[in-house]
Amino acid sequence: MSVLEQHPEEAHHEHPRESFWRRYVFSIDHKVIGIQYAFTALFFLLFGFTLMLLMRWQLAYPGRPLPLIGGLLGAANAPGGIMLPEFYNQLGAMHGTIMVFLAIVPLAVGAFGNYVVPLQIGAPDMAFPKLNMTSYWVYLPGGLIMLTSFLLPGGAANSGWTSYPPLSVTATIGQTAWLIGMVFLITSSLLGSVNFIVTIIQLRAKGLTFMRLPFFVWSQLVTAFLLLLAFPPLEAAGVLQLMDRLADTSFFMPSGLVVAGEVVRGAGGGSPLLWQHLFWFLAHPEVYVLILPAMGIVAEVIANNIRKPLWGYKALVYSVIGIGFMSFVVWAHHMFLTGMGTTISAFFQFTTLVISIPSVVILTALLLSLWGGSIRFTTPMHFALAFLPMFAIGGLTGLPLGLAPTDIHLHDTYYVIGHFHYVVAPGTIFAMFAGIYYWFPKITGRKMNDVLGKIHFWLSFVFINGIFAPMFLQGLAGVSRRLYDGGEQYAHAQPVLHWNQFMSYAAFLLFAAQLPFLFNLFWSIRKGEKVGDNPWEATTLEWAAAPSPPVAHGNFHEVPVVHRGPYEYSPPNDPDGFTPQHAAPQAG
Amino acid sequence: MQIPYTVAERPDTGLYNAKLGIWLFLASEVMLFGALFSSYILLRTGGGEGFLLGQDELNVPLAFVNTLVLIFSSVTIVMSWASLRLGDFAKYRLWMGMTILCALAFMGIKAVEYGAKFEHHLYPSTSNFLAIYFTLTGLHALHVVGGLIVNGYLWGPGAKMFASDPQRFINRVETAGLYWHFVDLVWIFLFPSLYLL
Amino acid sequence: MSGHTAEEIRGEIRKYWIVGFALFLLTIVTVGVSYLDLSVGLAIFVALLIACLKGGLVAAVFMHLISERQAIYALLLLTLVFFAALMLGPSFGRLASSAIG
Repeated sequence: MSVLEQHPEEAHHEHPRESFWRRYVFSIDHKVIGIQYAFTALFFLLFGFTLMLLMRWQLAYPGRPLPLIGGLLGAANAPGGIMLPEFYNQLGAMHGTIMVFLAIVPLAVGAFGNYVVPLQIGAPDMAFPKLNMTSYWVYLPGGLIMLTSFLLPGGAANSGWTSYPPLSVTATIGQTAWLIGMVFLITSSLLGSVNFIVTIIQLRAKGLTFMRLPFFVWSQLVTAFLLLLAFPPLEAAGVLQLMDRLADTSFFMPSGLVVAGEVVRGAGGGSPLLWQHLFWFLAHPEVYVLILPAMGIVAEVIANNIRKPLWGYKALVYSVIGIGFMSFVVWAHHMFLTGMGTTISAFFQFTTLVISIPSVVILTALLLSLWGGSIRFTTPMHFALAFLPMFAIGGLTGLPLGLAPTDIHLHDTYYVIGHFHYVVAPGTIFAMFAGIYYWFPKITGRKMNDVLGKIHFWLSFVFINGIFAPMFLQGLAGVSRRLYDGGEQYAHAQPVLHWNQFMSYAAFLLFAAQLPFLFNLFWSIRKGEKVGDNPWEATTLEWAAAPSPPVAHGNFHEVPVVHRGPYEYSPPNDPDGFTPQHAAPQAG
Repeated sequence: MQIPYTVAERPDTGLYNAKLGIWLFLASEVMLFGALFSSYILLRTGGGEGFLLGQDELNVPLAFVNTLVLIFSSVTIVMSWASLRLGDFAKYRLWMGMTILCALAFMGIKAVEYGAKFEHHLYPSTSNFLAIYFTLTGLHALHVVGGLIVNGYLWGPGAKMFASDPQRFINRVETAGLYWHFVDLVWIFLFPSLYLL
Repeated sequence: MSGHTAEEIRGEIRKYWIVGFALFLLTIVTVGVSYLDLSVGLAIFVALLIACLKGGLVAAVFMHLISERQAIYALLLLTLVFFAALMLGPSFGRLASSAIG
């Protein structure tokens, strides 16, 4: 127990200086932990991106030595700088794993969720601060295990981020490291999800009813439930696969399997499909974990920059709850080609189509909100607005995948890669950028540079579309995913092969487009334009009731009491202004 | 800086933070063990010959005793909580101590069971039934160990809190008890599923 | 559980012992039934029925779920739905499919 917990009255007086380690490393303050998550996640985002850049070279110029860095990759991976297919597979599996589990979720939930949620609900911290710290310190080792697995004999995991047996069970030792890393990450996630749910339910300020919560908090609440209930089956599956690999069990290994001329050890009689069911039971809700916080951020930024309340708040809330619930019963649409019967197939097609409805409602509500708004084209608003059509493309391209007859042609092709990247890259990642530009002043008391921000936006927007749009064309032509030569050896791929170079250059240019952002981020921490507590003139508690940066211990000088909903922009009595959630009720 | 509702219950939910927290955690555990039960069902109905190899070797009497041991330990832990609420710290220590002894007995009997299996060359790799048996009971045993550690802490060094912050300590014991009952509950389903059916 | 009198707590204690004894008995019944040579379906049904009864007693009385708040009920109901999906999905999938494995 800190001194402050024993003597709460001292919160307003000088308190003993905590050691460097306690303050910045093993902090239990949600704001510090949020920043730790942010920097770690952004590092993994960059790392996952560079893995992809290596792959995109190979796809553009299959068999050509990688320039400059080819020699650094080592003879086991790229002799003479020419990428081996085995290494390509490692890059593919790890790119997916790192982006999903080490970058996006920790950023969306661990960073943004941790930093913003307690502030938006008027709480001094998360419900379980020490558990929060533990979550971060379990995530980091998990991530490091994943990273260092590249150095193992045989390299990192190379059976796709989906790790389907029997391939994954018979794969090199990197797969074991992947499984162990996943156990760490899942544990971190579970501890975090308990924390978020208890915090949101129990620590809301007085007057902050559920239907007055900012939509960002709702999205984090539903996301936490998804993490809580969907991850455990993957943890179980991970344990089962570890046992298949290490103890020669046959949970997923069918009888009579022969690999590389050798009969596989073990009793046999297992089911590779069992893994698929358990994996996708998590992995489908996981994709909603990737998108819901992003929708939350976009909603906040849009509300703030249209200077009027969001349209359809109730519809948004019910939709996000609906998405959360439905996300648990659609998983086998990833398995349409496994020979499942028509009844099961029909069931999952039905649920998949149903889940598209609330997604469209959310998008529509956000779009309709723009009508009649007094739109401010701030840097975060650029990213938030772009999210809308980008997510729409991602969502619409999902429809032929959710319907089995069309999925037969599109499954495991580049069409799928295009679909999900549209949702996560110009979708979620753009929302993350919006969030960074938006909340940077809250964290630091300074703004990021707008000119650099808009350059970052426009370049990223153009190049990101350049990477992913052609993928639909390649997929429709039948080019399979996970091919280390981009389809070069297939006749049906020839007409669309030229897109590989186009996409690769778009990727390299996208990387270059991130440089102004990186510079801006670090430079603005010290040299950014200083701003007041609420530079965006926002209504929600984190802006209106807490200083920028917030009070170190406890966030608020005075605990706020809430009197109204979250988006009272341009209220009738003050058409050019806004009414913060905690402002005293109007007389009369 | 105090976190609200750590001890006192929040009026509209009627819960203190850790109670909601532990129920959420238990919900996730339901999904964890559920996944393993689901796997058992799928593998067993998918069957094939040789799936059930080893089930006959399971020691039903020992597992029966273990079931009674865990049920008894559920009684003792809830008694320890009731004693605290009646203000009787000595009784609390007694009942919690018995809970810990029961847990140790459970682990001891498990060790005997596993030992006998290994002696007869029955390993997880021998058949899928044994694979799921060892995995389910092994994971359950890990949860028993976890409970042992928490209960041991609350019996030992952690018990000091009863003197300085009694209600908070009572909450901790209640929370630990809820977890422990869940461990018992899982075994109640494991026992017939693995040993008797 | 603030606000409970010593009298009420002692009443609860009686319940704990009664339920504990009931659980002991039900465990004996569980084992006894397994010797009855029932058909597979019936054996599974009876065993799980008794297990649910025992589990229900543990949850209702020891975990005092019976007097717990609505929030917890709602959480458990939600979990139950997803638990059902998890239990039924893979096996129904296999039953309805033509695939190997």
